[in-house]
Amino acid sequence: MTSDQASETPETTLDSVVIRFCGDSGDGMQLTGGQFADTSALFGNDFATFPDFPAEIRAPKGTTFGVSGFQVHFSSEHIYTPGDRVNAMVAMNPAGFKVNIGDVEPGGIVIVNEDEFTKGNLAKCGYIDGYNPLDDEEINNKYHLVRVPMSRLTKESLADSGMGAKDINRCRNMFALGIVYWLYERPIEQTKAYLTEKFAQKKGLPEVAKINIRALEAGYYFGETAEVFPARYRVPPAKQEKGTYRQISGNEATVLGLVTAAQKADKSIVYASYPITPASSVMHGLAHLKRFGIKTIQSEDEIAAICTAIGASFAGDLAVTGTSGPGLALKGEAMGLALMLELPLVIVNVQRAGPATGLPTKTEQADLLQAMYGRHCESPLIIVAPRSPSDCFNMAIEAVRLAVEFMTPVIYLSDGYIANGAEPWKVPNVGDIPDIDVVHPTQEDFAEHEFLPYARNPETLARPWAIPGTPGLEHRVGSLEKDAETGNVSYDADNHDMMVRLRAEKVERAAQSIPLLEVDGDPSGDVLVLGWGGTYGSITTAVHQVRANGHAVSSAHLQYLNPFPSNTEEVLRSFKKIVIPEINLGQLSMLIRSKFLIETIGINIVKGQPFRVDTLVERITEVLEQ
Amino acid sequence: MSVTDTKSTELPIYSAKDFTSDQDVRWCPGCGDYAVLSAVRKALPSMGKKKEDFVFVSGIGCSSRFPYYMATYGVHSIHGRGLAVATGVKCANPELEVCVVAGDGDLLSIGGNHTIHTMRRNVDLTILLLNNKIYGLTKGQYSPTSETGKISPTSPAGSIDYPINPIAVAVATGCTFIARSLDVDMKGLDTIFKRAMAHRGTSFVEVYQDCNIFNHKAWFYASQKETMYETTVKLEHGKPLVFGNDRDKGIIFNCGSPKVVTIGEDGITESDLIVHDETDRFLANMYAQMAHPEFPEPMGILYADPSKPTYDQLLYQQLDDAKKDAKKKGGRPDLQSLVTGNESWEVR
Repeated sequence: MTSDQASETPETTLDSVVIRFCGDSGDGMQLTGGQFADTSALFGNDFATFPDFPAEIRAPKGTTFGVSGFQVHFSSEHIYTPGDRVNAMVAMNPAGFKVNIGDVEPGGIVIVNEDEFTKGNLAKCGYIDGYNPLDDEEINNKYHLVRVPMSRLTKESLADSGMGAKDINRCRNMFALGIVYWLYERPIEQTKAYLTEKFAQKKGLPEVAKINIRALEAGYYFGETAEVFPARYRVPPAKQEKGTYRQISGNEATVLGLVTAAQKADKSIVYASYPITPASSVMHGLAHLKRFGIKTIQSEDEIAAICTAIGASFAGDLAVTGTSGPGLALKGEAMGLALMLELPLVIVNVQRAGPATGLPTKTEQADLLQAMYGRHCESPLIIVAPRSPSDCFNMAIEAVRLAVEFMTPVIYLSDGYIANGAEPWKVPNVGDIPDIDVVHPTQEDFAEHEFLPYARNPETLARPWAIPGTPGLEHRVGSLEKDAETGNVSYDADNHDMMVRLRAEKVERAAQSIPLLEVDGDPSGDVLVLGWGGTYGSITTAVHQVRANGHAVSSAHLQYLNPFPSNTEEVLRSFKKIVIPEINLGQLSMLIRSKFLIETIGINIVKGQPFRVDTLVERITEVLEQ
Repeated sequence: MSVTDTKSTELPIYSAKDFTSDQDVRWCPGCGDYAVLSAVRKALPSMGKKKEDFVFVSGIGCSSRFPYYMATYGVHSIHGRGLAVATGVKCANPELEVCVVAGDGDLLSIGGNHTIHTMRRNVDLTILLLNNKIYGLTKGQYSPTSETGKISPTSPAGSIDYPINPIAVAVATGCTFIARSLDVDMKGLDTIFKRAMAHRGTSFVEVYQDCNIFNHKAWFYASQKETMYETTVKLEHGKPLVFGNDRDKGIIFNCGSPKVVTIGEDGITESDLIVHDETDRFLANMYAQMAHPEFPEPMGILYADPSKPTYDQLLYQQLDDAKKDAKKKGGRPDLQSLVTGNESWEVR
């Protein structure tokens, strides 16, 4: 779009921008933010997103607890996080304004729908009678406040559409998006195409598509003509490696990783799960992939889900169950069963803030010790943890590979932050991904010697995966202790001691099958910042900043937590101090200390939010300067 | 079924011994479970299925040791979860013939949720409930089917729980095959078990089973010759509900409710009696409410509806439809295009 007036507004080029859309949970903020991210992706920026929404689907309108936000960080550089200082905010109502204004940098742009700042709405979110933050001198001095009567303008621009007030009102978010598209010089075509597809083609509501597109355009023209912005901003495309890219969230990547693993293993998947935030979208995704032989089973409860997966594994399918922390707790006994039966099983745990129901839509990484120890008796399992949205693809494949290779359950620890957050992803050539070798023995393999269900592979200690329907290999597996030789029930004391050790040894041996821990930065120095799981982006960004400030600091990120990569101790001992940031009270720290007797310094913030980079920079620098 | 017929021609000739594992059976001498085990081993050779296609699944409890004693594939899982495991087995491979053996605590207390939902989904499984109205393996506590007032280690003053009615649960969930038998009735067990295994859908068989250690004689009213003809009524499809030592009693509808009558009295003849129709779900509801001592308890096949599609059948139907649909749209589902998605872009 061009116009004479647009060229009059000066242009400023920026490396990166963090923008946050916020409003009521019914205001369509997730869609608006998602569209902005899609458009930025197609424009060629690197980006990361952070949706932040309440547990209530439609909390009472206008309240602070009903505020839904969506943050997009887009850049001409390579970025790892959705950013912490907000450069521009769009607030659709006073509650959104109130909850989010503290995150906006001084001087930042704050675009508000001033029509919603009524006496009643201000009262609903707890502003004292007679006070309107938009009239507050301090706020006006601190931020570049842009008051737009969005409700009225949307209504006026659609007055002749013949549509009802409700439908028209729902277009306010597109009006806001139009303003922002203009401000950051984004093309609006992609969103227009999206709206046409969503409303006109899929839902058969062409008139709804039409008014949304008109509102989007009206917003864009408003930006152009209203002269309320001192400048337009340009964030040039990022330099990216050549190739095909797509946007991907963690849960989407988990879905694709599981399907890919199944195809590489030439197997069907049974994914049995009970709906739980923030893991449900993994099942939603898989449920659409029946053509790939994916069987999704919505079980009656968490326990049924894992037990059904175990039954499927016994019968020869790749078995996966998915949940979040509370569900993992319910699955505890059955995980012990899977471990006792020595069957492959992947347990997807998308962690959320707790305990109990906690903050179900917020992130946390406090299930590490539950994954390690949250079962009865000696029951070690393999644990892997993706470090970013796109890494979920790789680690889901790894989880399946290890489960099959070692005939054991594997816990896959994702979290709400990477599950819902999205980033651009260079699409891999699936042909380059190695096959997963699955062997089901047959009678012919035992022409010379007896088939014993618990005879072990001498290297991996895995037992054979003989499946029902195979003649001659009929056998029983059970939760009672088994004789190490025959697999029959055994109450022998020495045998139990041996079996406990064998099961532990098997998990330890997985260390031979996982990659070494890599160090980002010098392989030795003053401080190593060690992380795991979804904090990779914040830690990496922070360490790069601290290093740029002239400090001898490196980082390493564990994607395998049990067993640890075989060089972990060596890496740790190459640094004077080990700093471990975690969104918990020090769970990895505890594991590192107990395993290696190495002192660690924790950075532990448990607010249901990802780490802020500036906080990490500050805390790491403190350690360096001590 | 024709499929079974063609398969059966190549079946080895089995005997009960072929289904007997080398493990010593460790139930108490005189336990009712022995009879059920024996009946099942004897029934399997004539099921028209290969040995390797049977899977026995259980939870925890005395009767849950069952799979260890069968020379088939088997899983002895954890307390209450046998049905959930069995559902997974069946979903992974619907060709398998899956049977779950469970006690009353396993199926109706800790695993109650799975019982309801497995039956509701009509997963193609056979469930043998060995109901002894007591917790045996944990040494004699009252169970969900124990009568109110039951004296046990955890209820020294008598249980204050009301018992659950397993048949009523099955009827309420829409279970498509419901039967009841006795551990000592080898002939009845054989017939019912074979019908249950052959039924496509969830088959539920309640077996009155005597725990001669902790709850001996609990079912004697129904199992002993002296009383059983008066306390039970044997159901036969298409036949009137006649019972009694002299087969002189029957059941009629009286204002919609069952009523015990004597044939020959008050002008009642056999033609006035309710005729058993195993496809009638309203009758099944009535049978569920007929309890000793007010009524004779119905034994045999109470209900059978083979018309309802099974869960596994529908699951695979959806998979097949999706595959066919993908084929129409351009051959094999392509992993690369799935991973790439519809909104990718090129960086050159």
